[in-house]
Amino acid sequence: MADPRVIVLGAGPAGVRAAQTLVAAGLRPVVIDEAPRAGGQIYRRPPPGFTRSAAALYGTEAGRATAVHEAFDALKAQVDYHPETLAWAIWDGVVHAAKGATALEFPYDALLLATGATDRLMPVPGWDQAGAWSLGAAQIALKAQGCGIGRRVVFAGSGPLLYLVAAQYVKAGAEVAAVLDTAPKSAQIRALPGLMARPAVLAKGLVLRAKLLRAGVPVHQGVTLTRITGSGEADGISWRDARGAEHHIAAEAVALGWHLRPETQLADLAGCALRLDPETRLWLPEIDPDGRSSVPRVYLAGDGARLLGADGAEAAGRLAALAALQDMGRPVSAAEQARLRREIARMDRFRRGLVTAFPWPAAQAAALPDETMICRCEAITAGEIRAAVTGKGAKEINRAKALSRLGMGRCQGRFCGVAGAELIAAAAGCGLDEVGRIRGQAPVKPLPVAATPEGAA
Amino acid sequence: MAFTRLAETGRPPVAFTVDGIAAEGCEGDTVMVALLTARGHLRREEFGGTPRAGFCMMGACQDCWVRLADGSRIRACTTPLSPGMDIRIDTPEDTWPTLA
Amino acid sequence: MIRTDVLVVGGGIMGAATAFFLRRRGISVALVERALIGQQASGVNFGNVRRQGRFLGQLPLAHRSRALWGRLPELVGEDCEFTVTGHVRIARDAAGVQRLTDYAEAARPLGLELELLTPNMLRSRFPFFGPEVTIGSYSPHDGQANPRLVAPAFGRAAARAGAQVFEGTEIVSLTHGSTGFEAETADGQRLSAPVAVVTAGGWADRLSAALGEPVPLELHAPQMAVTEPLPHRITPVIGISTEIQEEGLYIRQVERGNVVFGGGRRGAIVDGRAKAVPSNLLLQLRELQRFLPGTRHARIIRTWAGVESYLPDHLPVIGPSARVPGLHYAFGFCGHGFQLGPGVGDVLAEIIDTGRTDVPLEPFSIARFAAPMP
Repeated sequence: MADPRVIVLGAGPAGVRAAQTLVAAGLRPVVIDEAPRAGGQIYRRPPPGFTRSAAALYGTEAGRATAVHEAFDALKAQVDYHPETLAWAIWDGVVHAAKGATALEFPYDALLLATGATDRLMPVPGWDQAGAWSLGAAQIALKAQGCGIGRRVVFAGSGPLLYLVAAQYVKAGAEVAAVLDTAPKSAQIRALPGLMARPAVLAKGLVLRAKLLRAGVPVHQGVTLTRITGSGEADGISWRDARGAEHHIAAEAVALGWHLRPETQLADLAGCALRLDPETRLWLPEIDPDGRSSVPRVYLAGDGARLLGADGAEAAGRLAALAALQDMGRPVSAAEQARLRREIARMDRFRRGLVTAFPWPAAQAAALPDETMICRCEAITAGEIRAAVTGKGAKEINRAKALSRLGMGRCQGRFCGVAGAELIAAAAGCGLDEVGRIRGQAPVKPLPVAATPEGAA
Repeated sequence: MAFTRLAETGRPPVAFTVDGIAAEGCEGDTVMVALLTARGHLRREEFGGTPRAGFCMMGACQDCWVRLADGSRIRACTTPLSPGMDIRIDTPEDTWPTLA
Repeated sequence: MIRTDVLVVGGGIMGAATAFFLRRRGISVALVERALIGQQASGVNFGNVRRQGRFLGQLPLAHRSRALWGRLPELVGEDCEFTVTGHVRIARDAAGVQRLTDYAEAARPLGLELELLTPNMLRSRFPFFGPEVTIGSYSPHDGQANPRLVAPAFGRAAARAGAQVFEGTEIVSLTHGSTGFEAETADGQRLSAPVAVVTAGGWADRLSAALGEPVPLELHAPQMAVTEPLPHRITPVIGISTEIQEEGLYIRQVERGNVVFGGGRRGAIVDGRAKAVPSNLLLQLRELQRFLPGTRHARIIRTWAGVESYLPDHLPVIGPSARVPGLHYAFGFCGHGFQLGPGVGDVLAEIIDTGRTDVPLEPFSIARFAAPMP
């Protein structure tokens, strides 16, 4: 019997460790990744010719980043690796992909989705201007290109990335005009018990804050972001402090983010069930502790399924690959599985601590002025979405999409869907479960019209 | 208003053009970085014409598609700059849909 | 028990328009939809408001409907992005030239004026067509609209005019007795009315069969896709006339710039939901580039499919039941129903109100599927 065809989608920490586990079991998985080099967004590698050391690029995570890179480099001959390849649809046991304008098909016996996450965004009036970025973007500019998004930058939002990126900018020599955290200090104190699940990570977070303070960076907690100012291109941000006083800070660029949201479009197209996680208010794929989805032969690992961070993704990638091997009747180490499950459980306690420490400001959506752009792709405002809800009775988000064009653009609702759902729930006076989520539609990212099946003239 | 180079500054230059005007980036730059180190935006949003520069820088938000002279389009944050690229930002699109 | 003059089962464009025009005649109506108004074929179709190419016997109804399309703001309070952009049908071979020429000649006496375009005329008017295209047939007063908006707009207008609209309400039984029709819903509500209209699209055959009129209805899922926005330069709706299924695309560019197209191989239906099939998209892209080479630099941002009901003679069922007094039908539009929607609603309301209409509906009678007498 031929070896089972196993596909790993994504070559970040989860995908790399999954592929490594499959190779160790004697399989030759297909690894499909959009990036030119493995590592994912978190351990993204600069282009050839760049000279900074791993320590300069990844800081305290340099060891882990290098280990993931080296693990994959060592695997290359043992996997069927397709870099710079977009998986744009999953249908009937086949992954449809495109490398440039070449359309490719990969039938599978088992599919392991390690699709990662992107920043979770709450719109701020004016965020559709040039010069407003996601926190992830600010970090990638620095890490992969040696660039700051501006000479003088404000970091705003909430979550561990907020402080990390700000500290990285300070270290790189940019001027950090302020860190504006929408989470109140009290939330972080309340979260301490959960965060103690990983004292070393917690300590790193505290060190980052100390560095920012030492560098004289103003850090404000419990703020409300009221507007990114500018006339087409951002020139600063207006905000309100916890006492209600109004402020404005001038800056060349503003980076925004509220932790992460998983990339679930491909899981959705594969038919995996998703459910609303009441803690994070995100729709997450249903998985068992090892990463089995609701669909047989489809496994999920990493931030695309549970936001455990890069090291959690490595463990989850290994565990999901073991689940796939086990379901194929291959021998797996029960002890290794138990160890990985314990590791993930501990990281999950920490994750829940983070959710408490850096709460998603759901109520902010209801307060957004009508003229605020929500869907950046289609230029759809809060007022237009509210009109679809209150004037046309659209309570379910796909209905609101049909009537208002929310989430109908190139990004498929990645950057407006989460806040859009909050806005609809607030306008309709119902829960997020009733609002639902934007259904995935192929292609999950823009596909060239010129895409031609493999082998065709 | 523009990107600022903080590291990796010793790379060889790469020449390209924007709306017919000579521009210069560095070897290893993405198109986005090559454009935004010299200007504040890289395209105009289709419906209101407001300037856009991109947003997520990881190929997810699709806010940084720029047009080349031959009518093709590239995602600036994931496309490496190559010598001689002929990028159009404020030149009206004259080829679509009649190019043969 | 909810009692009305008319019970309309199925809230697609046909049902919503029927309820709306009944209310304009002062007739009380309940409109019952198992999901949301206009969510199925009515909401996810291509958005073609064309008469050109229709079965000739359908042109009187299509003309009546076309007049209503032009009055949408007055009727339902919004234009639903209806624009008169013209519709051009193209072909690439001798058989196609003959087909379009014959059709233009036959349609003229029925009030549809079509302009036949030679290759040179075609290329100067519409320079974006590929070199294979050898003829165009141009219908200047046809157009396009946003399908996502139209049926919901009719549904809301009907509700404003006093119709009782029930969304998320599934009819589990529809029976006819001495007092008229009685319907029971999945959540236990009961409705009754002396007149019933079945406008339930792909689900209509179950109801017609229960009332003694089975029809050989088949479900298919036309598949569509849309590009990113591009400068708005393609004005008319384009239809490719061909005998080859893969070539049979229909294409339009909306004012915002996206190029919408559909046709070719059909999508799949899984658990009652239509799904776009990726390999079908690749075939569509091949044909799109043949007929509109300029699209080759664009990108596709979304695909979809919708459940649509088909009958073997490719004509819908419209009009009174052949067996049950007070029962009317409008379903099985075979992918060509969107343009007819307002007209069907208006004509059914007229028949229910006055007992007659000038619009010939004989070719669409459900009687054509009645089993021959033994």
